[in-house]
Amino acid sequence: MATPAKDYTLAELIICANAAAYKDDGEVLITGIGVLPRIAASLAMKTCNTDIMMTDSESWLLSEPNPVGNRGADFKQMNETWMGFSRIFDNVWSGRRHLTGGPTQIDRFGQSNISALGGTYDKPKIQMLGTRGFPGNSICHANSYFVPSHNTRVFIEGECDVVCTIGYNPDRLPKGYTFDDIDLRMIFTDLCVMDFGGPDRQMRLVSLHPGITVEQVVENTGFEVFIPDSVPTTPAPTEEQLAIIQQIDPQNLRSKQLKDNPPGDRS
Amino acid sequence: MNKQISLQDFVGQLEDGMTIGIGGWGPRRKPMALVREILKSDLKDLTVVAYGGADVGMLCAAGKVKKVVFAFVSLDFIPLEPYFRQARQNGDIEVMEIDEGMMLLGLRAAAWDCPFIPTKVGLGTDVIKYNSDIKVIDSPYDDKEWVAMPALKLDAALIHTNRADTRGVCQITSPDHYMDDWFARAAAKTFVSTEEIVDTEFFADEAQARFVFWERSQTTAVIHVPGGAHPSSCAPNYGFDAPHFKEYNASAKEGGFEAYAGKFITGKSEDEYQQAVGGADAIQKLPLPTY
Repeated sequence: MATPAKDYTLAELIICANAAAYKDDGEVLITGIGVLPRIAASLAMKTCNTDIMMTDSESWLLSEPNPVGNRGADFKQMNETWMGFSRIFDNVWSGRRHLTGGPTQIDRFGQSNISALGGTYDKPKIQMLGTRGFPGNSICHANSYFVPSHNTRVFIEGECDVVCTIGYNPDRLPKGYTFDDIDLRMIFTDLCVMDFGGPDRQMRLVSLHPGITVEQVVENTGFEVFIPDSVPTTPAPTEEQLAIIQQIDPQNLRSKQLKDNPPGDRS
Repeated sequence: MNKQISLQDFVGQLEDGMTIGIGGWGPRRKPMALVREILKSDLKDLTVVAYGGADVGMLCAAGKVKKVVFAFVSLDFIPLEPYFRQARQNGDIEVMEIDEGMMLLGLRAAAWDCPFIPTKVGLGTDVIKYNSDIKVIDSPYDDKEWVAMPALKLDAALIHTNRADTRGVCQITSPDHYMDDWFARAAAKTFVSTEEIVDTEFFADEAQARFVFWERSQTTAVIHVPGGAHPSSCAPNYGFDAPHFKEYNASAKEGGFEAYAGKFITGKSEDEYQQAVGGADAIQKLPLPTY
């Protein structure tokens, strides 16, 4: 049986929490943007949901997830079909996908921003990536967010400077749509796990990482989060999970993703 | 029909105010030699449609651009394209910022001679708030509203391929041909720079013909420019030039685009450009990235 690990990092805790979110997704494409979400997707495919599909982050669908980092000249990638970008959209529009991405801003509606900050739309203070595939992702399939630094600059008080994704905002709900047509799932931060299970899809605290308090979450979120009467602690990774994470990430890139690579338990 | 032309002949076929689609994706398989010819020309007021990288950044920095139609502009390992960023933050350019998939639909609509393609993508977001040209319409078949993604008709498409014959049969052996086939189909004229000119018999092999993604009737002209994607990648031939992109990126902070262009592009032929960045052989040896 699973043995909870005593010694683990915050990065590994978040990976395991993110992986668990894919457990009941069935046979869908899982996309984790960034090192930790990608390791999480790979861990899920090797443990809690072996039906998951993943790509090589370039142009092939894989039957076995690739390890992250440089893989050596003799590495044999386990392709199962071509999956270039044009075909990704065939998958996206089918709805058979769950993506975990890392927006720069998230507002109380779950709307997110990776496009631009400040100024005006015609002359932003900071131009970022652009809206990428976020609008389509948000209205076509399940989405979760990864936030490496939980603070009020990410979880902002007002609405996102540029709204790149549809969320649970009644003022922006398209004609003929209900909130049931939008599938925002989980948010994984360095402090906690949240979902949208509060009243009227309000953001809700699901679990606190070991050593983190409700007050820390409240102080670092620019809007009101629904706090249930009792909030559990995010489960520690198991020794089995840590061993598989090590196989997926043999060069320990996960240790470089969060500032100072904090321990999992900060009490 | 022999469609092979020179770089100089290519740029002579473009005009001020044209809408130009550029194939590739971010720092990958961009027709940069063709872009450099535009940078050296007097062309202006262009509308550029692209999954953008340094192609978009350089054209903005050189003042060639009136409007950019984009979902992102990025160099991947350098996430934010420095000169696109400057152009936006200075308010120098008009934009049509859309979802990556909406761009694909816009190109398809143009290719299929449809005024628009309906999609739910963009609903509830600022894509429909800031783009007054993109209409939201009722459906004759259900009670929902739909985004009517308009056709993105291109006056010209610029694409870089691994191989082509002089009749315009173009082959892309890179792992992904991205939306290049749709750029070719959406354009009135498609200009293809290529690593290698092959005989037509080369495509008699089914395994080779499978990597031809549009018919030669969609190719207007072929320009032979080995290394012509530099500093972007052209897998499997070569990877992107990370040190060169770092220098390009740094130039935005110190020196500016004029200094970068002065060192590598202005007054230089493509051969002289390739010598200035380390030589044609060095380009062909640039390592492929691991994703």
